[in-house]
Parts: sequence; C-alpha cells; structure tokens
Amino acid sequence: MNREGSTYTIVYASVMVIIVAVALAFTHQVLKDKQIKNENIDKMQQILRSLRLDIPANSAEAKYNEVIKNAYLIKADGSVEEGTEGVGANDPAFGTDIAKDASKGLPVFEAEIDGVKKFVIPMAGKGLWGLIWGYLAIDADGNSIYGADFSHASETPGLGAEIVTPHFRNQFEGKHLFNAGGFSSVAVVKPGRSVSDRDYVDGISGGTITSRGVDDMLLDSVGKYKDFLLKLHSAQ
Amino acid sequence: MALSNKTKEVLLGPLNKNNPVIVQVLGICSALAVTSKLEPAVVMAISVTVVVAFANVIISLLRKTIPNRIRIIVQLVVAAALVTLVSEVLKAFAYDVNKQLSVFVGLIVTNCILMGRLEAFALGNGPWPSFLDGIGNGLGYGWILVAVGFFRELLGSGSLFGHKVIPQCVYDAGYKDNGLMMLAPMAILIVACIIWIHRARNKDLQEESN
Repeated sequence: MNREGSTYTIVYASVMVIIVAVALAFTHQVLKDKQIKNENIDKMQQILRSLRLDIPANSAEAKYNEVIKNAYLIKADGSVEEGTEGVGANDPAFGTDIAKDASKGLPVFEAEIDGVKKFVIPMAGKGLWGLIWGYLAIDADGNSIYGADFSHASETPGLGAEIVTPHFRNQFEGKHLFNAGGFSSVAVVKPGRSVSDRDYVDGISGGTITSRGVDDMLLDSVGKYKDFLLKLHSAQ
Repeated sequence: MALSNKTKEVLLGPLNKNNPVIVQVLGICSALAVTSKLEPAVVMAISVTVVVAFANVIISLLRKTIPNRIRIIVQLVVAAALVTLVSEVLKAFAYDVNKQLSVFVGLIVTNCILMGRLEAFALGNGPWPSFLDGIGNGLGYGWILVAVGFFRELLGSGSLFGHKVIPQCVYDAGYKDNGLMMLAPMAILIVACIIWIHRARNKDLQEESN
C-alpha cells in the first residue's frame, strides 16, 4: 500500500486519534472514582490543617468526620440556607467551590476542638501564576482566627509557593478580623513593615505578588462572611 | 545479558559525551523551571525518563507504518497521550506528587528532548535500542536536573528535599540564603558551569576557534 497517499494518511490519522481518545477516556473512567476520592481527602486535610490538625491522608477522612460536627451554606445576610446541612462529601457545603460558583450560598463548616466550637470558611483568590485558596478557622466569637491553611495551583517553588508552609500559616493564629472600625481583615505586609489600623502578618520575601494575592483573598472572601461573623460576635 | 558495544553506547552515551542538556543543549526550558527544589527535579527526571522510553518504543513499533508527511503529528499525539496517562495515574495513585509537579507534567510534551529522540532515533531503530535510548536520554537529562536542583536548593534555601541542612549556627554567624538562586537565571549559570567543567575534561568536545 502506498504510504504517502492522501487516503492512507487521512485514514491513519483518524484511526490513531480514535484509538488514543478511547484509551484516554477509558483510563479516565477507570481512575475517576479514585481521583475524586483523593481530591476530597486532600480538601479534608486542608480543612483540618486550618484547625491546627496535620493529619496524613490515610486517616484524614476519619478525623474529619470526628471533628466536623455540622456544615451548611449561608446567605449573604449571614442566615443559614434551609436544607443545606450535612457534612458528607456529597452535601452542598463540601461540594461548593466558591472559586467557581457561590450563587447557591457560602459554605460554613462547624468544628469542635476539645469541646470548643470553631467555624471554618473557605477562601479563594489569585496568586501570581494561578489560583490560590485556603481555609480560615475562626473562634466562636467570629473575630479571632484559630488557624489558617493556604494552597496554590502553580506559584513559584521557593517563593510564592511558601504560603503553604506552617511558618506562614501559623502567623495567623490569634489575629483579629475586626478592629474598632468594623471588619478589617488581616493584612499581609512586606516582612519588616507594619500597619497600624489592623492586625497583620509578614508576607513572603520574593513572593510579593502572591502575598498581595493572599491579602486580597482575605479581604474579599472573608468579607463575604461579614454579616455571618457579626452575628456570631453579637451572640457572644 | 551482556550489552554489545553499540547498545552500551546508546544507553550510556547520553549520560556523558552525548548529553541532551549540556552537549546538545536541549530541554533547557524545563531544566530552569523545575530545579529550584530537589524533589520536583527528581520526580520530573523520573517522569521524563518513563515517557521518553515508552514513547520511543511506541514510535519505533509504528515506524514502518507512519506516513512521512504527518510523522511529527503522530509523534506529538503519542507523546501527549502518554503524558496524559502519566498524569491520570499520578492523580489516582500518587496525588501528592502530582500536586507538587502541577503544570510540569503537562510540560513534558513540550520537552525538546522527547521530540528530538522520537524524530532522530525511534523512527530509524528497533524497539529495544529505542527503549534503551529513551532510558539513557531520560537519565542524562535527569542527572543534570538533580545536580542543578541540588545546588539551587542548598544555596537558595539551605535545605535538601525540604530538610534544613545548613546548621543554625552558620546563620547566626551572619550567613544568608542566596535568594537569587531561586530565580531562573541562576539555573542557566549553574548549567553553564557544568558545561564548562564538562568541556574542560573532554577536549574532543571543544569547538575549534578560527
């Protein structure tokens, strides 16, 4: 058969593409459940890390079910959306990705650490190269931060990517989201600088844009929960 | 199994006198991107070795059927399919590693070494030599990556595989990590230093000056 003929070339290309497509689709189908499970466990680990619990992947699910007592979506005014309670991986609170779609409501996770109630809220923002996200655990007063966790899609290793380190996230412990003038969030400043009007933490040297992204994310994402946090505050 | 001289040359040549990075100067782009820490450098080296070896075998098996006019496209499809497979498998069985590599797994497709080996070797040789050629080139690329990653992480963060190796007393005495090591230009300089040493030791690689 003529290897250089147009018919041969076209048939060859078509058959090749179909075989590759079938092979990839098949692999994806076979591995999908395992991949989703991995993603869920990863998310549970992040939520637990914000609660100062660094749990290995194999025991994360059990710990998550033990610590997280309730989860639900809230409306912008801070009231709980009816019928969204549930801590499972398929329930609305866990399934909602605020970076993509927050129209149904904002997720809140209620945790109990040593008998004390904490609230975990998700955050999403932009770094230098791609998305950054994280979780913030807040005390029952709706003001002081219990812990935080940050993740990123593609920040520079050694620079912006340092936001995932315990060294960075531990700085948030005990900071306050409200100052005398109302909701102020926590500022991320250049190491060595300071701001007087609100609580602040040191950013990453050499990761200025990522640090600024974290700063914006804290202001925007946490700002959406302002009314919810105020309600907690006034209930104290 | 004893290797004949030719197979030995195919497997070991790329580690030294025919190295893809420091002699052929291919794959520099990813050598800059993934070497600021040692761990991604090691995982990238392994991934590239696996992908080049198997892409070489597949292209070598198909070499008598591939229409000449679309051979680059065929090579690309095979490479892209393999890379996607690797990434899917990593996501299912080594989620943490996949997260660490993030975009770099996808970047293997654009690695010049991969296309270079498919075009230059696999199209003209049988599956077994092609497999060895893939392993050899992957490792030849890999050891440069690991060497560069070693120096960048050691001098840039004072750690290796994420563990601090430079003792605190050295920092107390006034030593500081060199932040410049984290940036891509330093990777170029380190690669250049490796090339310099390599050429100095291999006179036959030196180009004649006019």
